Amino acid sequence: MSSFVDLNGLSTLVPIVWPANPGKPKETPLFLVKCPAGFPSPAADYVESGLDLNDYLVKHRASTFMFDVCGDSMRNVGIFDGDKIVVDRSVEARHGDIIVAVLNGEHTVKRLYAAEGIVELRAENPLYRPIRIKEAEELHVFGVVVGVVRNMRPCSR
Amino acid sequence: MLSLEQGKPLFALVDCNNFYCSCERVFNPKLENRPVVVLSNNDGCAIARSNEAKALGIRMGEPWFKLRDLVKHHGIVGLSSNYTLYGDMSQRVMQVLRGFTPDVEVYSIDESFLRIERMRRLWPSYTDMGQAIRARVRQWTGIPVCVGIGPTKTLAKLANHIAKKNPQFDGVFDLASYRPAQLDALLAKIDVGEVWGVGRRIAERLKHAGIHTVQDLRLMSPKVVRAHFSVVMERTVSELQGVPCLELEDIAPPKKQIVSSKSFGEMVASLEELSEALSSYVTRAAEKLREQGSVCGALQVFVMTNQFRTDGAQYSNGIVIPLPNPSNNTLDLVQAALFGLKAIYRRGYLYKKTGVMLLDLAPAGQTQASLFDPLEEQAKHSDALMSVLDGLNRKFGRDTLCVAASGTTRRWVAKAENKTPCYTTRWGELPKAFAR
Repeated sequence: MSSFVDLNGLSTLVPIVWPANPGKPKETPLFLVKCPAGFPSPAADYVESGLDLNDYLVKHRASTFMFDVCGDSMRNVGIFDGDKIVVDRSVEARHGDIIVAVLNGEHTVKRLYAAEGIVELRAENPLYRPIRIKEAEELHVFGVVVGVVRNMRPCSR
Repeated sequence: MLSLEQGKPLFALVDCNNFYCSCERVFNPKLENRPVVVLSNNDGCAIARSNEAKALGIRMGEPWFKLRDLVKHHGIVGLSSNYTLYGDMSQRVMQVLRGFTPDVEVYSIDESFLRIERMRRLWPSYTDMGQAIRARVRQWTGIPVCVGIGPTKTLAKLANHIAKKNPQFDGVFDLASYRPAQLDALLAKIDVGEVWGVGRRIAERLKHAGIHTVQDLRLMSPKVVRAHFSVVMERTVSELQGVPCLELEDIAPPKKQIVSSKSFGEMVASLEELSEALSSYVTRAAEKLREQGSVCGALQVFVMTNQFRTDGAQYSNGIVIPLPNPSNNTLDLVQAALFGLKAIYRRGYLYKKTGVMLLDLAPAGQTQASLFDPLEEQAKHSDALMSVLDGLNRKFGRDTLCVAASGTTRRWVAKAENKTPCYTTRWGELPKAFAR
C-alpha cells in the first residue's frame, strides 16, 4: 500500500523499528509519574527499554545501508546466498575486513586482503579465486560489512 | 566588510552536487562516468543532470523525447525520479551535517545552511572545516557536496557557486580566504543573475541599468536599489556587503521545492499538537504552490527534537509520501502529510520542529491523468474550494479557514517507467552485493 516498509530498520526515513515482541513497534517507555522538568527521575537509569536489533547492528543510521547477498563465495564466514548484510560506510576498511567493493560496475562482497604490498579481494569459499587489484588500479570500497541478517522463516514475514 | 569578528554570524551553505543523479550513482556503479539525466515523473523533462550530461549541452527542463538523437550517440541514461530514495538520502546528508553543528537549516532537498562561527577553534581554518564536512558527507553517504562560506546567507550561497564552478578550490570556498582586492576581481567576473534571489527578470532589468556583475551590484547603495527595485533587493545588496538581514523565507525558493517549517516556541510532545502545527505549515505551502501555479507529486514530512539540548533523548526523522495524483489541493496535502507524521512520530520525545517539503513540482494542468484520477467534476469542485480558501485567508488573515483533517485513504503510487528501486526503504528492493 504505502511506499515504505514497516520493519525498515535502516532507512533514515522510517525509524528503526525492529521489535523484540513481534507485531508491536518498539516504544520508549513513558513515566506516568509527574516530575519537575529538568530533574529526571533517578529511576530512569533502571528502566529497560527492550532489545532493539538496530542498536546492536547499526552505529550510524546515516551511513548504514543494507544489501541482498547473491552467491555463495562467502559461505565459510556464514554469509549465504539470500542473506542481508549491514554495511557501514563510516568505517574505514582495513586488512581483514569483509567489505562491499565496486568491481566491474557491480557491488561485490569479499574479504579485503591488504598486506605485504598486495591488495586482493578474497572469497571465503575455496571454489573462488582471489581477485588481485593491480597497483595502477583503484579499489572502490562502498563500505564495511558490520552484520549479517537472516530470517529463518522468511515466508512468515 | 567581510571581517570575521567573533560573535558575528558565519554561514556555510552545503549543496549536494547533481543531487538526484548522485543518489542514483551510489547504488548503481554502472552510472559512473556516464551521462545521466533524471526526468520529472509527469512530463519527462530533465530535472537533474550529471556533469557528463551537462557537458553534452542538455539543459534543465529539456524534454526527454527531444534528446533521442543524443541518447543514441552518447548512451545517455534517462531515469524517472525516485523521490523516496532522494528523500532518504537527503535525510542522511542532513544527519551527517547535524553531527558537525546542531544549527542546520534545511533550505531544500539538497541544500542546507549551517551556522559555523562557534566551530572556529576546531579546525585550523574554515576552509579545512569545509573540507572535513565535504569528506565526511561523501564517505558516509556517497553524495558529493560543495561548501560555500560567508558572513551572510547570500554570500555563502555565492561562495558555494564559486566552489562549484572553479575546480581549483576543491569544492570548498571561504570568501574570507581572499583579500578584498582579489575578491573584488573575482566577483567582477560573475554574472549578476547568479546572486541568490535575483531572478531572470530582475537580472535583465539590472543589466539594463548597467549592473552586469555581482561586483557591480555589491557596489550599489542599498537605498538606491530599494527605490528602483524592491525591499528584498535592498536586503540582497546589504547581504552582499556582509550585513546579514535575510531570512530564508524572504527568498523565493527554487521552483523545484517548497519548504514550510518552523521551530516551536515551546517543546511539543503530543501527536495532536504536532499535527496541528504541521497542518498549518502544509496549508501555507499549498498556498505558495497554487500561487506559482504548480502541483506537487510527493511531499516530505520531518520532525526533530532540540539538538542543542544534551539532556533529553534526541530523535529526528523524515518520510516521503508520494501522492496518487499530483495535486495542489490543501486537503490532499494535509492528509498525506498527517499520514507521514503518524508513521514517523514516536512518543516520549520533546519535539522542537516539524515541517513539510513539497517535491516533484510541475505546472498545474499539464499532468497526466491516471487511472485513479478523481472525476473531473470533483476536480473542478476542489479548484473552486481552493480559491475560496485562499481568498478568505488572504482577506481575513492566515488560517481563517483551515483544514480539520486527519485519517488516511488508500494511495496509489504514480507510474514511472524508468524508476530505480527504493534501495534504502523497501526490503524487496535492496541493492545486490554479489558473492561470486
